[in-house]
Amino acid sequence: MDTFKAGCAAGFSGDRIDGVGPVVRTLIEEGGQALIFETLAERTLALAQLARNADPQAGYEPLLAEMLRPCLADCLNHGIRIVSNFGQANPPAAARRIQRLAAELGVRSPRIAVLSGDRLDQPDQLDYLRTVLPAEVDPRNVVCINAYQGAAEIADALRAGADIVVAGRVADPSLVVGPAMAHYGWQADNWPALAAATMAGHLLECGTQVTGGYFAVPGLKDVPDMHALGFPLAELGPDGDICISKARHTGGCVNEQTVKEQLLYEVHDPAAYLTPDVTADISQVRVQRAGPDRVHVSGVRGRPRPDALKANVFTHGGWLAEAEISYAGIQAEARARLAADIIRRRIGGILQLRVDLIGVLSILADDAGRMLQQHAPGGARDVRLRMAAAHPDRATAELLLREMNALYTCGPAGGGGVRTSLRPRLNSISVLVPRELAPASWSFL
Amino acid sequence: MNTRACPPRSQSAEPTPSGAPTVTVPLYRLAHGRTGDKGDISNISVIAWRDDLFPVLLEQLTEDAVREWFAPRRPTRVTRYSIASIAALNFVIEGVLDGGVNDALNLDAHGKALSFHLLDFPVPVPPELAAGLPDVHHQKET
Repeated sequence: MDTFKAGCAAGFSGDRIDGVGPVVRTLIEEGGQALIFETLAERTLALAQLARNADPQAGYEPLLAEMLRPCLADCLNHGIRIVSNFGQANPPAAARRIQRLAAELGVRSPRIAVLSGDRLDQPDQLDYLRTVLPAEVDPRNVVCINAYQGAAEIADALRAGADIVVAGRVADPSLVVGPAMAHYGWQADNWPALAAATMAGHLLECGTQVTGGYFAVPGLKDVPDMHALGFPLAELGPDGDICISKARHTGGCVNEQTVKEQLLYEVHDPAAYLTPDVTADISQVRVQRAGPDRVHVSGVRGRPRPDALKANVFTHGGWLAEAEISYAGIQAEARARLAADIIRRRIGGILQLRVDLIGVLSILADDAGRMLQQHAPGGARDVRLRMAAAHPDRATAELLLREMNALYTCGPAGGGGVRTSLRPRLNSISVLVPRELAPASWSFL
Repeated sequence: MNTRACPPRSQSAEPTPSGAPTVTVPLYRLAHGRTGDKGDISNISVIAWRDDLFPVLLEQLTEDAVREWFAPRRPTRVTRYSIASIAALNFVIEGVLDGGVNDALNLDAHGKALSFHLLDFPVPVPPELAAGLPDVHHQKET
């Protein structure tokens, strides 16, 4: 049997969409079975739900057609299955869009499987959730509640002949676990195999973060040709050994360092990486160079999957106001500090204000301003003042914008380049729910 | 926290309780790393450049030392996991993101930059070890 090989062409919604061509060409040349797109960060799903609320045909990955247009014909012609969570908050609508795209391109009509069961909105589900949600969560404010589903239904759909699997909320690594299960005939309780597949998926799910993206420090960790980073591929042997590589004829690099950084990315206890599919253990993992841009990962162990599923609850979170102004030259830092003080004295009693002096101290500081307070005033000569505040009421949040703008005439000398932004916020919390509460299923479109 | 980097090339010998001379180097000369976030929890990997440097990390980068380094961000809990097979530590730092991506007012609500703060952590090492550590090499401008 051929070794399972999967490629990844997106690590988040908003990733480069021109990386897919080299990945698919490599899968064709080297022989590969699956192509994944990961497009669903935590917040992305809630934003997609809001889009669906506004338009019942929306709520899936906005770049879906652009992502698939360059690769759909090749994947269908070469038996490369496409597995993705680009269905976001509306997998059926995404599947219909793919059907239309296939017609536009004049390729054969793909068999598209649509996953469901992640969205918790039925009365019995909501009744249960009310018993586990903290009291401060107002049910009227809920945007969406979605459980992380696993790989079993993806595998089932592929075994039934799906060319494309369109999911909403599934655990990111499950996008790889599903096709690996289907390829090798692994059962859902083959913990060592599922754990290895999970870590292969984990290494792929952020796209170029394992091929030199998010890694470069000039002079210390140099990465070649970052303008043309190659997206990653993973081979997974029947014994659970993993080989990470990247698309042929691309920039970037795969080495022990890039793989180790991504292996631990967003991991807490390395002995218990929890997904709906398995408890993966990388506490004794080995990472070794296996050739140019090729790294071997072994020693992943697996234990039974957790009993509960994780679900994210998103609620409307009021408004986030941000506003900036710049000062340069003599006493620039002092003028920026004075400007912040003026605004604080005018609206500090109404809004909790965060103050950043970009060019002096900004992103390492805390919201409460303790660090800025301890930071002795200096003589920085090119400073951008940024202030931010959140409030449930839009008009109140907007006060910050108006005050910043008024600094043009009422503030310190020479302030320029005011930019303001007012955006709705989403709050989220995670809860655990019993698997019976959120049964997953799939069907062909 | 101290936002100034510990000087990358200050290798003046300092006496230690044992009397052996050491020099202080920033952590990035011993290790590299990346930040991830889940809610109000940040995890920062610290991966030794070479296996022989891992014991230094184990000794110097204690949970207490890391909690102290991030003190102004008021972590509620710091947990250190060791993955000796890849010469790496994983720090899970709770309560350090002002609520995390949905709540923080920080420009960097994910805390993506926090690994680079940790990479400035000052580490005392023997001078003979310091001499062979990787460092930023600056290309001459042409």
